[in-house]
Amino acid sequence: MSDIIRNEQDDVFELCLRLGDDCLILGQRLSEWCGHAPILEEDIAMTNIALDLLGQAISLYKYACELEGKGRTEDDLAYFRSSLEFRNSKLVEQPNGDFAVTMLRQFIFDSYSLFLYDELKNSTDETISAIAVKSLKEIKYHLRHSSEWVIRLGDGNEESHNRMNKAIQQLWRFSGELFEIDDLSQRLFEKKYMPDLMPIHQKWKVYVKDIFNKATLKFPSDDVFMQTGGRKGNHTEHLDYILAVMQILPRSFPQAKW
Amino acid sequence: MNSNIKQIVIDTLSQISDPEIPVVNIIEMGMIRDVLLEDGSIQVILTPTYSGCPAMRQIEDDIVLALEKKGFNDVAVKTVLSPAWTTDWLSEETKVKLKNYGIAPPLKSNPDDIFNIISMNQQINCPFCNSEKTELKSFFGSTACKSLYYCNNCRQPFEHFKCH
Ligand SMILES: [Zn+2]
Repeated sequence: MSDIIRNEQDDVFELCLRLGDDCLILGQRLSEWCGHAPILEEDIAMTNIALDLLGQAISLYKYACELEGKGRTEDDLAYFRSSLEFRNSKLVEQPNGDFAVTMLRQFIFDSYSLFLYDELKNSTDETISAIAVKSLKEIKYHLRHSSEWVIRLGDGNEESHNRMNKAIQQLWRFSGELFEIDDLSQRLFEKKYMPDLMPIHQKWKVYVKDIFNKATLKFPSDDVFMQTGGRKGNHTEHLDYILAVMQILPRSFPQAKW
Repeated sequence: MNSNIKQIVIDTLSQISDPEIPVVNIIEMGMIRDVLLEDGSIQVILTPTYSGCPAMRQIEDDIVLALEKKGFNDVAVKTVLSPAWTTDWLSEETKVKLKNYGIAPPLKSNPDDIFNIISMNQQINCPFCNSEKTELKSFFGSTACKSLYYCNNCRQPFEHFKCH
């Protein structure tokens, strides 16, 4: 195998981690609501979404392992990497907070995912394309759910409106990283493995503005300082706590089966 | 000869019900995409309904076990994602089975519909009394493939097999 192909495979491997780690960590966060949601329907909804995200992560990890060719499995990627090796955005590792924070985090992520995966459908990599087509059907339901909650809470009563605004103050700074272009995403874009993130960012802004309008929420100005680093393994302190909970069993009993 | 074996395999697979909706089998669900025969080995091509469907591993085990009982020992199950599973693969007959089981069957899917996020409400009739006076309670039901409705006519909750 030539070095050029090898390097491209490494890049697609990294892409799988970026996409897959977002799904896994957000899915793990959502599952923390299991048994704690404000109403039963929401408990079921959030765990359903968590399950979809977990499934998407598994597909991406399986493909990553195949590309890597070192015999690792999806479980190895989930359970035996440290936070420095995770490539998820900082947004998805943020704590659940109240229901407004959880729903806004979900809304920012679902809308990003919808526009991104709609373009990933056209990836020159067949497996990435297949995963995108499959995931998109699920993301559509997730986005409908989180969009309606943003509207209902923003345009609800004073309390829910204020909480939504607080959630925006808290989370908006993590939205920029989703659309950040670095050397890797540039190379992947040039080879048509993934789309240009700039037009996706624009589409995302139009959609989010529309929902914020319906929700009587103010769309933040462009000068908010944006957090970065997650894609390179520099995370907020929260990720280590998530991993501790998620990984304790397989790390303590590596041979455990269930 | 091979077509005989293939028929036996398909007949065997059609005895395996969906673990979450026992009234339909995995062939009717459209999850079996192909059966390949080669030098005495059998490869079953399977596609998941939803990415995170927890029944997948169970179904794979069921397939291997059922074929073993028929004397096929060299069986592999391969999972494919493309083409992505759609409820449009459910036959009219299967949809009637779902309805008789108390699950409102899926309507025809519209792939171009992905950006109609807020306005994707569909008229779902009650599987018990056929009334149109139903309301959506939650997009998410007891399994990934179903949403939760309530019938204001016969006053019963029911599940709808989401169009996907
Ligand atoms: Zn009814």
